[in-house]
Amino acid sequence: MISIWFFIGLSLLVNGALICGAGVYQMINPPAIPNIVLFSLHANVWWGGLLFLVGLFYCVYFRPKHA
Amino acid sequence: MMPLMAMFAETRLVHLAPIDGVIIAFYFVLVLAIGFYLKGRSNTGEDFFMAGREMTAWVAGLSFLSANLGALELMGWAGSAYQYGILATHWYWIGAIPAMLFLALVMMPFYYISKTHSVPGYLKLRFGEPARALSAISFAFMTVLMSGVNMFAMAKVMQIVLGWDLNFSIWVSSITVAIYVTLGGLRSAIFNEVLQFFLIWAGALLIPILGLYEAGGWGHLKVLVTQRASAEYMHLWSGLGHFNSNPMGIHWTGIVFGLGAVISMGYWTTDFLVVQRILAAKDLRSAEMAPIIGAGLKMLVPLIVILPGLLGLGLLPFHLVGEAQAAATGAHSYNDVLPLMLARYCGPGLLGLGVTALIAGFMSGMAGNVSAFTTVWTYDIYRPLMNSNATDKHYVSMGRWTTVIGVLISIGTAYLVMHSASIMDYVQALFSFFIAPLFGTVVLGMLWKRATGPAGFWGLLLGTCTSVGMWGWVKVDPSALRYVALSPYAKAMAQDMYQALWSFLVCVIVTVVVSMLTKPKTDTELDGLVMGLTKIPHVEGVSWYQKPLFWAGVVVVVFVALNVIFW
Repeated sequence: MISIWFFIGLSLLVNGALICGAGVYQMINPPAIPNIVLFSLHANVWWGGLLFLVGLFYCVYFRPKHA
Repeated sequence: MMPLMAMFAETRLVHLAPIDGVIIAFYFVLVLAIGFYLKGRSNTGEDFFMAGREMTAWVAGLSFLSANLGALELMGWAGSAYQYGILATHWYWIGAIPAMLFLALVMMPFYYISKTHSVPGYLKLRFGEPARALSAISFAFMTVLMSGVNMFAMAKVMQIVLGWDLNFSIWVSSITVAIYVTLGGLRSAIFNEVLQFFLIWAGALLIPILGLYEAGGWGHLKVLVTQRASAEYMHLWSGLGHFNSNPMGIHWTGIVFGLGAVISMGYWTTDFLVVQRILAAKDLRSAEMAPIIGAGLKMLVPLIVILPGLLGLGLLPFHLVGEAQAAATGAHSYNDVLPLMLARYCGPGLLGLGVTALIAGFMSGMAGNVSAFTTVWTYDIYRPLMNSNATDKHYVSMGRWTTVIGVLISIGTAYLVMHSASIMDYVQALFSFFIAPLFGTVVLGMLWKRATGPAGFWGLLLGTCTSVGMWGWVKVDPSALRYVALSPYAKAMAQDMYQALWSFLVCVIVTVVVSMLTKPKTDTELDGLVMGLTKIPHVEGVSWYQKPLFWAGVVVVVFVALNVIFW
């Protein structure tokens, strides 16, 4: 049976990649007037990256194994 | 729980980018995939209704906690933190931790050893059919109505936050929940609750991190909140010596005895919606550890609920107002504080994750209601009262159909509420009537062998009537609150606590008196159901640091330390 933790990892992995990617895009093409506070911290880059790494660990560690 | 009407306002708070839409869509695909995957593992009654009783302590514990971590609670209590300050934390600490530990160490052995499918099922074993029928019918009725109320509230919040159409939100979320619970039963609901837990933390934890950075740390935030409100907003206990020396208008006796000793005990130990998750644990040690894990993590939840409310109070460049004023002026209400803080710090992608966390909270809450309703209907109403000789396969089929019917009733309730909003407050009040007396009945049943079947039924019934009577009294004559809460200075927040306290006391007194007048069961009949007559299996082969008692002690130390630090 596939572990619940694998599904959690998959969710974090995909969401982390999408968020980090969106953050990198915004770093390259910054808006003229940022619509969020602390834009300069680029939270979506490092937070998305962190979620991606945690998700990757869960996906690998709890990957489905054949009996 | 916060009044649901208080969630409404007429402005759209955030605008999503295409990447946010992709993240939300991925969530729906994932939960449906989990449902389809688990379909093949939900063929027996034990699988469908009890998740095969094979959940680990961590999965059961996270699911137990998530059942109470819905989006309405998050948004409502963040709004309360803005309105009342750090006092709102009491609902997460003294209003949860002692009850969770009591469930783990005192009550869980009896629930687990009796192998009951539900809380009403335990009442059947301990007190007989009348107590079970009263509890099961009231629970099933209220649960499915609450599910509809929450569904409407979700749709309304999505309309306000994102501008989504009400019908779209109701039908998309309902159909998704109906599919994955019908396919996978309780296991599917539990998997999605654990997923929701991670999504909520991933989506909300950035708010306190960036908020504290912006405020310049906790010390500076205290200064900002004191300037904008008062110093009492940052103290848990020091303002509770009198009803009018704190923003909430409540006394410490209400918090300790009403909230800590009755309401939270009733909710966390007898509400089947949360207890069902623990009953799915794989063994007794896991069942005891699960609420302790839940308690440890529950102490952290104020980080993503209370702290954003305080940060909103300290940092937002405008003041939030009550619902009536917000509706009249177009300003933002207290309950908008969490989405406002989300929009303040979260750009494309992160905003989608935050919104997904809210949707996940709503949907898993609905799934929790529906799965609990399905189990109680099938095992505590349909089987004993309508068809007691059917096959296991028939009951599973009944469970699947009941899931669909439960969702349809919820949708009907949602549309009913849409046309008569005052129904929402009545449904919420109705739900609270049963909690305190049910706790009195169950705890006496577990701890006092002299309690008899008729006493259990009459204590539960009269305790509930007391709660209903007090609520009606204050509804008709609001000044009656001074008698219910024993103070002319008491405010609305105090009513629930004292109402619960009185109904609990009536339940206990009636149960004791009727027990003394009726014939008790024999010790043999009570084996496995009552303390002192039940042999509790010792946990063998585990180290001291793996035992539930050790971890409960750790939680107690942290709990006391937190209350002292924020005194």
